[in-house]
Amino acid sequence: MSDFFSQGWSIYIGAVTLLGLLACLVLLFIASRREVMAADNSTGHVWDEDLREMNNPLPMWWVVMFVLTVAFSLAYLFLYPGFGSAAGSLGWTSLGQYDAEQRAAQAEMAPLYARFAAMPADKLAAEPQAMAIGERLFINHCAACHGSDARGSKGFPNLTDNDWLHGGTPEKIEETITEGRQGMMPPMAAAIGGPQEIHEVAQYVLSLSGSAHDPTAQFGKPRFMACAACHGIDGKGNQALGAPNLTDKIWLHGWGEEAITAMINNGKLNVMPAQKDRLGKAQIHVLASYVWSLSNRGPAAAP
Amino acid sequence: MAGMNVREKNGREAKRVIPITPVAVDAAATVSLYASEAKIYPRAVHGLFAAWRWVLVWATQLVFYGLPWLTWNGRQALLFDLEARRFYIFGLVLYPQDFIYLTGLLVLSAYALFLFTAVAGRLWCGYACPQTVYTEIFLWVERHLEGDRIARMKLDAAPWSANKLLRKGGKQAAWIAIGLWTGFSFVGYFTPIRVLAGEALQLGFGPWEWFWVLFYGFATYGNAGYMREQVCKYMCPYARFQSAMFDRDTLVIGYDEQRGEPRGSRPRSADAKALGKGDCIDCTLCVQVCPTGIDIRNGLQYECIGCAACIDVCDGVMDKMNYPRGLIRYATENGMAGGWTQAQMLRRVLRPRVLIYGAVMVAISAGFVASIALRQPFKVDVVRDRGALARQVEDGRVENVYRLQVMNATESAQRYRVRVSGIEQAAIASPPEVEVGPTEARWFAVRVQLPPQRAAAIGPGAHPMRFEIERLGGDGAAAEVHEKSTFMVPR
Repeated sequence: MSDFFSQGWSIYIGAVTLLGLLACLVLLFIASRREVMAADNSTGHVWDEDLREMNNPLPMWWVVMFVLTVAFSLAYLFLYPGFGSAAGSLGWTSLGQYDAEQRAAQAEMAPLYARFAAMPADKLAAEPQAMAIGERLFINHCAACHGSDARGSKGFPNLTDNDWLHGGTPEKIEETITEGRQGMMPPMAAAIGGPQEIHEVAQYVLSLSGSAHDPTAQFGKPRFMACAACHGIDGKGNQALGAPNLTDKIWLHGWGEEAITAMINNGKLNVMPAQKDRLGKAQIHVLASYVWSLSNRGPAAAP
Repeated sequence: MAGMNVREKNGREAKRVIPITPVAVDAAATVSLYASEAKIYPRAVHGLFAAWRWVLVWATQLVFYGLPWLTWNGRQALLFDLEARRFYIFGLVLYPQDFIYLTGLLVLSAYALFLFTAVAGRLWCGYACPQTVYTEIFLWVERHLEGDRIARMKLDAAPWSANKLLRKGGKQAAWIAIGLWTGFSFVGYFTPIRVLAGEALQLGFGPWEWFWVLFYGFATYGNAGYMREQVCKYMCPYARFQSAMFDRDTLVIGYDEQRGEPRGSRPRSADAKALGKGDCIDCTLCVQVCPTGIDIRNGLQYECIGCAACIDVCDGVMDKMNYPRGLIRYATENGMAGGWTQAQMLRRVLRPRVLIYGAVMVAISAGFVASIALRQPFKVDVVRDRGALARQVEDGRVENVYRLQVMNATESAQRYRVRVSGIEQAAIASPPEVEVGPTEARWFAVRVQLPPQRAAAIGPGAHPMRFEIERLGGDGAAAEVHEKSTFMVPR
């Protein structure tokens, strides 16, 4: 009841509730008898020439049921919250019920997860039940960014190819999901030079993957040394740093000179949020195995 | 009368006035608006309409108690699996998406009720309503253990004795057994009844099974054993609005006042005409057999459920008196007043309301049958991927991702092929064939790609397209489902 400063409202609501219930009983009682107005068991009213209202008494069981509903309300208000701010003798809360249901579900799932936790990723990948659970976890927790087919989109890596920024072993994937990742590309324009130099480096980067490039690419090669600290001399990247491989045709943040130039000029901070607070260890193990299976089951089995 | 005087003075305005007719009563007297209902002891009745009621008791209860035990292709023929949300009706497997059929069935039932009521009054109430049917069964038990009307009244009035205890106890045991069996059969529509029977032997029901067996059993016991006519009089909504379907050409159970009055007892040999009496010998049997405790000779009353017990018993009396049958009979209000024959009344059957109810019923039945017959053995839902509108993949192709839910409404595994149409050169890039297990609903991610030139040609924005999902080979005829969607080309 932190919304109110005093118990006044609680007492007020409680009083209204109680008076309402009592009023129901009083109404039942005072409306139970009426004066006799006519000798023919009618109310004595006649209209439209011959229409009369007869007194057809309601059955006693109806009265009993009415009283029972009032008794039920009182019992309910005693057992459950509802009477002002009283918590009710059962101490029930919606949060408590939610927690109890969560615990029950977890207890039910525990033996299953215990079995899965003991299995390595390649065994789990062959277990249809584990993969079905993994798929549901993926749809609920990952698909918003990586897409429901796990193929990502611009800025969100494709998880079904074999190109990994931070490593594609089941252990690395588990680590990525648990702790999250930060991919940081600093703005490099100052280290490389003016627009012409940046153009040359961009052309060189395009040439690394055999993409279309102009002859100035060769002038970019020496300047690429500034990039090599992270991306490597050969441009194949470094998974320990999360630096992408520039020699394949996979372009997470867009391809073509324009996208590369923008990346060199502005840099990029790309974040994968940690999931350890949302998913349990065993769940992450199953989920990681599912993600691993997407690129390790052969193309036919991938979704 | 006071009312008339006011009306004469003020013309039409007077209708609004509700005058109070003064009567000489004790001003201090009050009357209760609640009253304990007097227990009704309906007398046993035999005859044509009682026989018809028993036919319907047998027909409806063979269906209700029997259907869950039928099997179909190795499973229960009629099973509503609420947990898995699959509804098996003989060869049909229905999904929650097929709810429209239940709507159709309910609308059909409603119009059937309207039609029968407009033609012949409360036929449903008198013969087929579960309240009537179970009351009939419970009364049968009661009669066999406690005797007929007079014997039951005497037994209730008598002090407790071994005999009374035995009879009452036996009745309770039989009622409870019927109630529990009814509850068990009801739950058997939702939980496989053979599994349930196994659980019943060890009293091993789950909590909800216990609840529904006991609740439905108790409702049967209470309604058919104790509430009886109270349900019709105070609880049933149908009973209240059925009078809206009545008109002066609706068949109702009526007492022929012109023929019967003045009523009075007379020796069988006497000439009623010479005594100045009508055909009603005032034996009150029609009141004794009435399950709602009314006197049909007072005219049509809202309590009358149209069970025709009074017709059966009165016809027997007329036979004994050597009078013609039909002092109480099915007749329309017009027919009773004019003394019409059945053929004359039948000529008034095709009234506008009957024709309209009938036409609506035929139309809905036809639509219902056609829709079941033309039903596709699977359904598809298309949901665009929520992560990204569109993406460009290698060589500049534009790719959209969709999630397709394929719902297999057959009991064997099926293969389906997915195609797209509506946009030239758009093609499925993911595996085009998918397999779905029996009665399973599965989600598939489907990728649709468009070459860069075509994407440039149709321009950015959402373009309408269509998924065509075809069931492949195997058993059953070819089936195809089309679902609309859109394809996004980014700017």
